[in-house]
Amino acid sequence: MDFSNLTLITPPRIDSRWSKADIRGAMRVRFSLGRNSYRVNPGLYKLGNPGKEAEVIVTANYKLSFDVVRKNLEGMDVWVLVLETYGINVWCAAGKGTFGTEELVRQIKDSRLDLYVSHKRLIVPQLGGPGISGHKVNEATGFKVKFGPVRAEDIRDYLAGGLKKDQAMRSVRFDLKDRLLLAPVEVVNSLRYLLYAMVIMVGISGLSSSGYSLADLWSDGIRAVLYLILAYFTGALLSPVLLPWLPFRYFGGKGMVAGFVAFGVVACLGWSSHPPLFFVGWFLISGAISSFLAMNFTGASTYTSLSGVQKEMRFFVPLQIAFVIVGLALIIVSKYL
Amino acid sequence: MDSQIYLRNVSTLTYDASKCIGCSMCVEVCPHNVFSMNQKRAEIMDKDRCMECGACALNCKPGALSVKQGVGCASAVIWGFFKGTEPTCDCGAGGEASCC
Repeated sequence: MDFSNLTLITPPRIDSRWSKADIRGAMRVRFSLGRNSYRVNPGLYKLGNPGKEAEVIVTANYKLSFDVVRKNLEGMDVWVLVLETYGINVWCAAGKGTFGTEELVRQIKDSRLDLYVSHKRLIVPQLGGPGISGHKVNEATGFKVKFGPVRAEDIRDYLAGGLKKDQAMRSVRFDLKDRLLLAPVEVVNSLRYLLYAMVIMVGISGLSSSGYSLADLWSDGIRAVLYLILAYFTGALLSPVLLPWLPFRYFGGKGMVAGFVAFGVVACLGWSSHPPLFFVGWFLISGAISSFLAMNFTGASTYTSLSGVQKEMRFFVPLQIAFVIVGLALIIVSKYL
Repeated sequence: MDSQIYLRNVSTLTYDASKCIGCSMCVEVCPHNVFSMNQKRAEIMDKDRCMECGACALNCKPGALSVKQGVGCASAVIWGFFKGTEPTCDCGAGGEASCC
C-alpha cells in the first residue's frame, strides 16, 4: 500500500481511568445487554506519553476488553493497538480468526506503527494465539510477536519482569468468580425459550378428562411456571456455579443431576399430592431442561474442546429430547386418569 | 478432580517430535499447560488438558503440531448443525453478532 500521499495523524490519547459511563457499560454487557455494539474504533492509541521505545500492547475492539487493558496500564506510557474484532473479545475473536494474523498485519501497516516506535516488539495477549501466527506476522511486517499474559491484570508485572511469564500468567482459570460473571449471560440469552416453554406447559395444564378446565389451567399452570423457572435457573445459573462439585465430567450430566435433585426437593417440599405420572413427567422434563442449559455453558467455560462437546452432545441431546417427549406424554396422560 | 480437565481421550492434538526445533512457542501460547520443554524439545505433558484452541499449531513454525481447531461450545455446534456449517459462534442476530 502507498501511504506517501497521506498525512500522519497523531494517535489519540486515552486515559486509564474509568468514567461512570464505562462502569455502567461494563455492568450492562455482563448481563448480555447491547454487547454486540459495545465497541471502540480500531487503530493506534497513546496511553500516557509513550516514546519510541515504549511497548506496544495489542487488544480487541470490544470496549470491555479495551477498558480492562487501559485500566490495568494506569500510570504507564505505552502504545495500544486495537484490532477490528467487531466488538468481540480477544479469545473468541481469535477463535473466529478476526483477531488474527491478517488483521494485525493490516493495523500495523495502516497505523504506520514503524514511524512511532524504533523497536520491533508487539505484546499480544496470549489468548490471541488461536488467531495470530507470530512467525507469519514477523515475515509480513518485521515485528516480533511476544505473547503476553492471559489476564490484563498481569500486564504490569509482565512488563516489569522483562516480558517473562510464569506458569500462572500463562494459565487460563475458571474460578467461581469467572463462572458468576459468565452465568448471567446464559440466563439472559435463553429467556425467550423459557417463555415459549411456559406458554406450552400452561396450555397443557388445562387439559382434563372433563374437557378443557380453567381450574386446572390455574392450579397446574402455576406449578408448570414454577417448575420451568426452577429447571431454567438450575441449568443456567446453579449448575455453572456448582460446576466443579457436580458429578460427571459431561456438562449435560452435571446439569441433569442438578435438575433432578432441584425438582425432587422442591416438588417433595411443596406439593406432595402429585399423581405419580405427573411427578415423573416433570422430573424428566426438569432434568432435560437443566441438562441442556448446563451443556450450553460449555461455550462459556474455558477448558472444553470441540471434540469433547460433540462427544457429549451425541449422547445427551437425544436423551434430552427423549426425556421431554416422554415427560410431556406422562403429564398429558396423567390429566386423563 | 482437576477442574481444568474436560473429557479424556478426545483431543485431536498430534505432535511429531522429529520436526520440533525447540522454539518453545507452544509452551508460551498454550493456556492449559499441555506442553513442557525437555532437553530443547517440546513434549506433551497431558493431552487431556487440551481444549483444541489451535494456538500451538498456528504458532509452530516447523509444523510439528496439528490439531483440529474448534470452539468447545454446544450452542455453536447446534447453530452449525442448523446452518449446515462447521460449529460457529455466530449464533442469532446478524453476521457479526456473537454469543461469546
